[in-house]
Amino acid sequence: MQTTLEDQKKRLSKLQPLIALFVLCLIIGLLSDKFFTVSNFWNVLRQISVNICLSVGMTLVVLMAGIDLSVGSVLALCGAITAGLFKMGIELPSQNLYIGFTLLGASLAGVLTGALLGFFNGFVITRFKVPSFVATLAMLTVARGLTMLWTKGFPISGLGEQFAYMGTGWFLGVPVPVWISAAVVALAVFLSDNTKLGRYIYAIGGNENASLLSGININKVKIIVYTIAGALAAVGGLMVTSRLDSAQPNAGTGYELDSIAAVVIGGTSLSGGKGSIWGTVLGAIIIGVLNNGLVLLNVSPFWQQVVKGFVILLAVIIDKANSKNG
Amino acid sequence: MLVAENITKRFSGVTALDNVCLELHEGKVNAILGENGAGKSTLMKILSGVYPDYEGQLLWNGRPVRFTNTKEAQEAGIAIIHQELNLIPYLSITENIFLGQELETIWGTLDKKKMRQTATELLQKLKLDVAPETKINELKVGQQQLVEIAKALLLSPQVIIMDEPTSAITDQEVETLFDIINELKQENKTIAYISHKLDELFRIADRYIVLRDGKSIESGEMTGMNHDQLIQKMVGREIFVHQKSAISVPQEELLSVQHFSLKRSAKRPELVLDNLSFSLRRGEILGVFGLMGAGRTELLEALFGLHSSLTTGAVLIEGKEVKITSPVEAVKAGLALVPEDRKRDGIVPIMNVQQNISLASLEYHVEKNGVLNTQAEAQLATKYIQELGIKTSSSGQLIKNLSGGNQQKAILGKWLATHPKILLLDEPTRGIDVHAKSEIYKLILQLAASGLGILMVSSELPEIFAVSGRVLVLSEGTLTLDTPIENATEDKLLKAAIAKKC
Repeated sequence: MQTTLEDQKKRLSKLQPLIALFVLCLIIGLLSDKFFTVSNFWNVLRQISVNICLSVGMTLVVLMAGIDLSVGSVLALCGAITAGLFKMGIELPSQNLYIGFTLLGASLAGVLTGALLGFFNGFVITRFKVPSFVATLAMLTVARGLTMLWTKGFPISGLGEQFAYMGTGWFLGVPVPVWISAAVVALAVFLSDNTKLGRYIYAIGGNENASLLSGININKVKIIVYTIAGALAAVGGLMVTSRLDSAQPNAGTGYELDSIAAVVIGGTSLSGGKGSIWGTVLGAIIIGVLNNGLVLLNVSPFWQQVVKGFVILLAVIIDKANSKNG
Repeated sequence: MLVAENITKRFSGVTALDNVCLELHEGKVNAILGENGAGKSTLMKILSGVYPDYEGQLLWNGRPVRFTNTKEAQEAGIAIIHQELNLIPYLSITENIFLGQELETIWGTLDKKKMRQTATELLQKLKLDVAPETKINELKVGQQQLVEIAKALLLSPQVIIMDEPTSAITDQEVETLFDIINELKQENKTIAYISHKLDELFRIADRYIVLRDGKSIESGEMTGMNHDQLIQKMVGREIFVHQKSAISVPQEELLSVQHFSLKRSAKRPELVLDNLSFSLRRGEILGVFGLMGAGRTELLEALFGLHSSLTTGAVLIEGKEVKITSPVEAVKAGLALVPEDRKRDGIVPIMNVQQNISLASLEYHVEKNGVLNTQAEAQLATKYIQELGIKTSSSGQLIKNLSGGNQQKAILGKWLATHPKILLLDEPTRGIDVHAKSEIYKLILQLAASGLGILMVSSELPEIFAVSGRVLVLSEGTLTLDTPIENATEDKLLKAAIAKKC
């Protein structure tokens, strides 16, 4: 009897973010007749798809009790590299050489750059035992600086219709970015729940010492996870660049905070080991709906930030209260 | 003195204490006995104000009291030394002793001079020969335990509750502790002493109070009681007695360690392990005894690849030299390490029993191309839960909710699933109750009989004698004795343990 009761309580506490989202939608829907429309529905999902890509990577990192502050800058650099390569290719006048890039080639180069930067994060963190906060803070600056160098401080615009498809196109009645983020979520859920790597991520976050002594190659796992986070930031970069039809040198500024917010609202513990991709998806949706609702209700953007801050606090406080009872 | 009447305490539906009565006699050492889960720690936490909500009442010098927090209990004169160390690693000994009780000058700044002086006096009283500025993380576990005691003595309490004070310290330090307890007794202080080690209780305790399943069973004078009587009261049944005959005859050589040395660190070249050579045979249980700082734990860690850049010498497994530079390679080479500090290094507390059991062997049984097969994992977990007799409501239960003994069995299960050749055990029964202890011993003997080689570090001589077939003694990093257990006596081992380098 007792265990079933506790199980029910646990299940209920897991449903809490879902209930919160439901209530939030209901309130906004009552206050604004534009909220419950098909176009707004896709609008919200399209807007959050970038944050979802970043937050999925962030969740994997946070599950290992790490943090990745560099995702916003990595997003900008990778978007700029893809845009630059696609538009102008590589020219080496001294060698009389020109390499052109197709959309696919340029995109792959962008994602590869993200993966490389993530790998570098993981390498520094594991090899030199630099705390992830510091290592990725450094990368935040480095990647932003590299973006400025690559773009010379100016946006790379006019990328054409083909490029815009990734951020603004529709496929089978669903926006393309939503397809992309859904695929990312599906892969990450599979990775975290059904693979050895996923299990190791949880184990390292749960007790790094015990994981090490169990013969788990924790450095390898960490490097892989930071690499994934970097690559996903690059995917986010492609979507942002495509939607704006322009690679902005200051794109993605502050995105790392939105993605940490989604992770935390989704119930993933910053001390690692506890949480899920689904929780983060819910967290990202809650933030998205909140942003959207506040815009629809004509709330000033300054107040939006204040409200968002308090929602994050509230989420963490509720989560704390739950885990105490459990 | 301190009397508890009809105390009942429930945790979300589970009754931890059921109508318990207890009386601590003034100026005596009152031993509180009982298996893990009997309610000893819960009762002590009520006495010391950790749990303010309970049924029943406490009488303190004849007056009913109810402490709502530990500070109130401390001010009334009751101090507790918890089983787990509660020290802040990066603060100094002085800062830890005075934590929450800081002395201030009239200017409102910290009176460091006076605090240092008091701390020095306390350390002297406890015969702890380190500077009070030393940071806690630079101390050995045993020394940390003494700092905890110093902290408890700061407010010169009337009643001192000690929850398993000897679980982490060496026999030598135990002697010091007993001296301290005797001194405290002379000052007419009252001690409540919780321990699993009955031998200690016979030496130090005046009275006993037995708890079982949250009920008070019996109390009385220690004189006239014997070992078996006490155990029977605690367990309520006869317990398994070990037979030396269970130890199988050792077979061919499994592990050979030759001229093995370990440096303290890259910057500090002094040797923690100095030119050790020994071998371990299949089916053999090799006990490793030594005092704190002798290098026992370091030996296991070094063999397991944790300090590979600091070691010299050769390690041979089944006659072939192996270079183990990380735990990953250690596991591949057929080694398994059950660490001393279960909570810190053994379990992943927020994972369930099944996930803890499968953790080290996912690649052998449970996955294909990186994808987990949860059915195979469940089977693996069920197998070891049954074989090792792990008491858990289900394999999905969080491991942190299991008792220490069952957690230890789960860790053993984790390693058995990797089919190791050599098992390295570091204090395998630390903090585990008498009954679970005997089950663990039985398992260790069975595993050796099945062909494993076992290297078991222990600071408890009875444990060494209970299972090992041969024993090594380390003293300051050198091997001072290597003898079959038949030729060993407690006296001999202790002498070897304190022997200086020749």
